[in-house]
Amino acid sequence: MPKFEYAPAPESRSIVSLRESYGLFINGEFGPGVDGRAFKTISPATEEVLAEVTEAGPADVDRAVTAARKAYEHSWSAMPGRERAKYLFRIARIIQERARELAVLESLDNGKPIRESRDVDIPLVAAHFFYHAGWADKLEYAGYGPAPRPLGVAGQVIPWNFPLLMLAWKIAPALACGNTVVLKPAETTPLTALAFAEICQQADLPPGVVNIVTGAGETGRTLVEHPGIDKVAFTGSTEVGKQIARACAPTRKKVTLELGGKAANVVFEDAPVDQAVEGIVNGIFFNQGHVCCAGSRLLVQESVYSDVLASLRRRLATLRLGDPLDKNTDVGAINSAAQLAKIRELSEVGEAEGAQRWSPPCELPVKGFWFPPTIFTGVSQAHRIAREEIFGPVLSVLTFRTPAEAVEKANNTPYGLSAGVWTEKGSLILWMASRLRAGVVWANTFNKFDPTSPFGGYKESGYGREGGRHGLEAYLDV
Amino acid sequence: MSAPAHTQTKPDLRAFLHGLPGVDRVGAEARAATLASRSIKTAAKQWALDMAISMIDLTTLEGQDTPGKVRALCAKAKRPDPADPTAPMVAAVCVYPDLAHVAAAELKGSGVHVASVATAFPSGRTSLEVKLADVKYAVSAGADEVDMVIDRGAFLAGDYQLVFDEIAAVKDACGPAGTAGQAGSAHLKVILETGELVTLDNVRRASWLAMLAGADFIKTSTGKVTPAATLPVTLVMLEAVRDFRDSHGRQVGVKPAGGIRTAKDAIRYLVLVNETAGEDWLDPRWFRFGASSLLNDLLMQRTKMMTGRYSGPDYFTLD
Repeated sequence: MPKFEYAPAPESRSIVSLRESYGLFINGEFGPGVDGRAFKTISPATEEVLAEVTEAGPADVDRAVTAARKAYEHSWSAMPGRERAKYLFRIARIIQERARELAVLESLDNGKPIRESRDVDIPLVAAHFFYHAGWADKLEYAGYGPAPRPLGVAGQVIPWNFPLLMLAWKIAPALACGNTVVLKPAETTPLTALAFAEICQQADLPPGVVNIVTGAGETGRTLVEHPGIDKVAFTGSTEVGKQIARACAPTRKKVTLELGGKAANVVFEDAPVDQAVEGIVNGIFFNQGHVCCAGSRLLVQESVYSDVLASLRRRLATLRLGDPLDKNTDVGAINSAAQLAKIRELSEVGEAEGAQRWSPPCELPVKGFWFPPTIFTGVSQAHRIAREEIFGPVLSVLTFRTPAEAVEKANNTPYGLSAGVWTEKGSLILWMASRLRAGVVWANTFNKFDPTSPFGGYKESGYGREGGRHGLEAYLDV
Repeated sequence: MSAPAHTQTKPDLRAFLHGLPGVDRVGAEARAATLASRSIKTAAKQWALDMAISMIDLTTLEGQDTPGKVRALCAKAKRPDPADPTAPMVAAVCVYPDLAHVAAAELKGSGVHVASVATAFPSGRTSLEVKLADVKYAVSAGADEVDMVIDRGAFLAGDYQLVFDEIAAVKDACGPAGTAGQAGSAHLKVILETGELVTLDNVRRASWLAMLAGADFIKTSTGKVTPAATLPVTLVMLEAVRDFRDSHGRQVGVKPAGGIRTAKDAIRYLVLVNETAGEDWLDPRWFRFGASSLLNDLLMQRTKMMTGRYSGPDYFTLD
């Protein structure tokens, strides 16, 4: 029995009012799907059914694209940037006003700890709308010509790991640049996107500028392949990203893809050890490791390997796993049964291939989908757990001897989304950063996001950038 | 590199201190802020409030201190809440050396310790002889805990050996080794005055220096310099005592002092202790708060927990 046992401190659910069922948000209104199909979204922490959600079929997607096209031609693209900005500012403010509600809803539907949805996801969502609202009337100064034009209708498909944040990354720049959108949220986490649809109504956004169609992979495919869209933006797995790239190749559609990753988090012997350990934890256990840029490969300099590992193990023992709505929870639930199965499978492969598996003593709740924070040591580049994206709270630990070896190992992956460097030596940070083939390189920190900073991948982590001035290019006809 | 001013710092001491892992300020502050966001409620809060009360070094360090003021403080220390005898006693009363005998007389047999600042507190700007005389005076007057200040000037000049030797000499003056707690000997708390050391790298080095020289406790501040105790500084000191026990097998206590005024603040420190050094330090023998007004806020929150309502500051004694 610990001396200082933190009592449960759950955030109240009462701020959220869930409807029993949700329609599709097309042309500014919620309505039923044409063929009446629906699916359920559950809380991954308890398996409780939260709501029934409409599954959009081809006719629904077509209606949504038509509405978006109409809105594009008749209102949004012709509207002066300063007027579009007003809507975006209004949306940003409403998100701030409803922040607590959105955080609770996100944690309920996704399983992530309320501390993260409250302190990271939702503030960043608002920040993205504020930031892009500022761009809407200044696009001629963005470096893309004197009067850059929007692309048209954007079809956007987003993942379940940061549901509302990924929506913001997609919708805010699209709208700022004068495009209209049809967005499909992930089938396991549609609720905050539907809450966002309400926010669009609340902000009096002209009908059809934002359309939300819910559904699974098939709905996404229909949207991406619809001939009426001019732009495809996708965040998700590399496998699906490749299918989308193939499908769009023979068309005029512009495509941006933000896909998987297997980031190296490189810890040198002169690293600030305590902060590096925090960075390792944040790199792989933030959001249960459901982060495309997660630092899932820890590369430790061999001379400090045992010290770093001992500190890391001690730190892991203090992680608090459990109820996502508890304000003291550090590690929440795995988003779905399917994802849990995948994490289990790859972990078993890791053991079978000879790596040593370790987790701190950790009681898992009986109901729901849970996986303990896990470290694999004795991993080599040849192991599957060092090459494939696990997308869960599983860290593979490798060692290196010299900076050159660290770069070689870090880059030895088909992915290239992010990397981390931990050292007190500034020159080494710069040396590493210029050699690592990753869209973002964090130095003495990890998983830091900001709307002003472009984010995106090298190699099979995708192409195109989101955020910052660079992110505007994806939504302008340049 | 310039040569140290007074004494020659032994190369191995300098190399050791400069070989400690660096502290990344941004990361340390972020970690402290995350831990500060823990939500401590109901039974956990009740436990924490009592623990915090029992960890207080109730302090008065003013030019205007009188025997009467010290006696009043001692009465408060023994029975913090006159309306509720279940409220725990504080850990110690902390005074200037010339008033240590008053506190010793008042607290005799109560279990509350007598702490005295010494070594030309708060600046420490005098000769070693005077500092040692100050310590001996306090101990002979009945202080069983001595809060010394380090020579920050020497530390910042890189003269680590001087700082080390002074701490070791003060430790000797506190009584023979192994007699801390017995009559005529005292427990040594070493004040780093982190507000003057400024960087967290300095805080880590000074912590190790003090522990290597024999400190029983490392303490953040005198309370006379701003900033006094902060969460990031205390975090770094807690990491130091944790690592020192791992490598040297001796447990050293930590005392943040100055600027901790509310129960909420105190609970944040306890969370920091719990999740950094670990629960072995959740004990008045290993963690203290140097504070004065903090006690009344803890008592007020305690009464609120027990009765369900706030009774207002008029119901708590001002001493």
